[in-house]
Amino acid sequence: MLLQQLINGLTLGSVYALIALGYTMVYGILELINFAHGEIYMLGAYLGIIILGFLTAAGLTAYSVPLALALTLLLTVIFSASYGFTVEKIAYRPLRTAPKLSPLISAIGVSIFLQNYVMITQGATDKVFPSLVGNAGFSILSTRITFLQASIIVVSGIIMALLHAFIRKTRTGKAMRAVAQDRSMASLVGINTDTIISVTFIIGSGLAAVAGLMVSMYYGLVNYFIGYSAGIKAFTAAVLGGIGNIPGAMFGGILLGLIESLGSAYISSEYKDVYAFIILIVILLVRPSGLLGRDAEEKI
Amino acid sequence: MITIQESFSRTLLRSGIISLWSALLFLPFKGLRASALLFALLFLSVFLLTFAGSWVSSQLAKTAAVRERMRRSLPEDRRYLLLFLLPALAIPFAAQNYLIDVAVLAGIYIILALGLNVVVGYTGLLNLGFVAYYAIGAYSFALLNTKLSLGFWSAMPFAVIITTLAGFLFAVPALRLKGDYLALVTLGFGEIVRITLNNWDSFTNGPNGIGGITAPTLAGMSIETLSAYYYLVLFFVLVSIVVIGRVQRSSIGRAWIALREDEIAASAMGIPSTLYKLYSVSFGAFWAGIAGCLFAAKMRFISPESFTFMESVLVLCMVILGGLGSIGGVIVGAVILVILPEILREVQMYRMLALGAGIVLLMIFRPQGLFGGKVVSSRY
Repeated sequence: MLLQQLINGLTLGSVYALIALGYTMVYGILELINFAHGEIYMLGAYLGIIILGFLTAAGLTAYSVPLALALTLLLTVIFSASYGFTVEKIAYRPLRTAPKLSPLISAIGVSIFLQNYVMITQGATDKVFPSLVGNAGFSILSTRITFLQASIIVVSGIIMALLHAFIRKTRTGKAMRAVAQDRSMASLVGINTDTIISVTFIIGSGLAAVAGLMVSMYYGLVNYFIGYSAGIKAFTAAVLGGIGNIPGAMFGGILLGLIESLGSAYISSEYKDVYAFIILIVILLVRPSGLLGRDAEEKI
Repeated sequence: MITIQESFSRTLLRSGIISLWSALLFLPFKGLRASALLFALLFLSVFLLTFAGSWVSSQLAKTAAVRERMRRSLPEDRRYLLLFLLPALAIPFAAQNYLIDVAVLAGIYIILALGLNVVVGYTGLLNLGFVAYYAIGAYSFALLNTKLSLGFWSAMPFAVIITTLAGFLFAVPALRLKGDYLALVTLGFGEIVRITLNNWDSFTNGPNGIGGITAPTLAGMSIETLSAYYYLVLFFVLVSIVVIGRVQRSSIGRAWIALREDEIAASAMGIPSTLYKLYSVSFGAFWAGIAGCLFAAKMRFISPESFTFMESVLVLCMVILGGLGSIGGVIVGAVILVILPEILREVQMYRMLALGAGIVLLMIFRPQGLFGGKVVSSRY
């Protein structure tokens, strides 16, 4: 029972971690809580269903399921990343020099817009993700792990390792770290900060789309309002690990997934959504820099 | 030197790229035909707007000049604003029940938005969970009324005190945070209150809500009719305008604005910042409590559904639309955002879509709101 809950929590937690990475990267660079990030995750879930449906109609799924899934993943990521890029360009870029709360309010506007955009075009009812992999799985120590759960954990792990390497090793990654440290200084040494910010949004949105696709496969059901609560939880995960801190987001996501899964099993499942908020409030009050974050000095 | 042909072809290219990109993004959601339609529409409107842009901006400059002249010609003494009271008093005689109903709702929202304006507009603390206080006020009132069978006038003070206390108690820890962190914590508080109301079946009756709230009485008569209730709400609206306006001009109000402008400088001038922020949040919660009581007494039935995050955003939009920190602006904002959905009932589906897009456009083109500008500073 405990082990089973741990596996469920780990699955959920790796999804939160993927979304949290987008929050933490954007916050690290722009100091903006990208409220619309949860909606990009939701768009990813919908796009996955739509694209897979299209591929099935084209006969590709009947030919080879892994190929269809890989193509779905690729197209979903491309489309969602384009949405993330567009959102930044329209709603945040003109507000770069505005007072700090303007972009946050603008982000709330984007979030409302995207939710209703999907509701109008796709309908308000639940969408079903066709079950392709089924419930097959294996057992370890009398704990059942489905292949889907295992692949969610593995895929998230691989993506996070890739991201970590990208940010540590590549030129663009270095530029991203430089912009996060000091935007005006970075632009003085010849880094095109607007491009770097766009890249950050594209990567973050891509990760959220992967999370969305995997969750819609895992639960089988998708609705247009799933982005809100997933977004808040992922943000909590980012704060938990220390916002702006990339390993922190991964750690915070998995921790939050475990807490939620154990909390709903052993305390009460009705208040499942409250745990994240309580953790958010407690962490912000007690240790705003997060578990892994360093204390930031306030600039005057 | 750009020739006309060059600028023409450049605009053509720009509109083409923008509309093609949007159509591509739209493609998976509604299919090929809708995307083609969107492409054509966007292409035309972007193209025409770019050309109309220079004309529009010159017109806007003209209206700005007119507004400036109007502002100067109006007397400094704002008592002429009382003239606006006359139409408000006359509404029940001139309109059908439906319109009075909308007016009552608008009145409740005005009180709520004025309360939020104290917190966000004067003191500069963004609150994304303001509806929590509204909910606490409404639920306290409903529970006192149905379980202890207290009447309107005896239940309301208790409910308002409870709400103010809740605002105070939550603010004590929350005010250690600033800026968007504070906003997020208030959002969390709003959600916790709503989820608790939804799940605490034995006390709040859960998602089924509380019904059977009795109508208020005045001097032994029950205020059953809509017009009578309208005057009750109007009374509270006037009280809130007068009281909030007075407090704004008092030393407390000026201290709030000083804190908004520059907290460090204000503290250096001897303003105890945490204490004054606590005043501000509690004072805001006080008005939310009154609005909550009026709402519960009007609806006779409340459920957690009325107190969602969207409601907080809506009230925030009222404050921002009219102009942060300006009482007149907030009233106009609240009236617009209550009436607009009623007018747009035909296209109800697109209402929230337009609200979302409207918030973004407002932030980009007029962050100080329709009527803001004088009181509002560049930093809040």
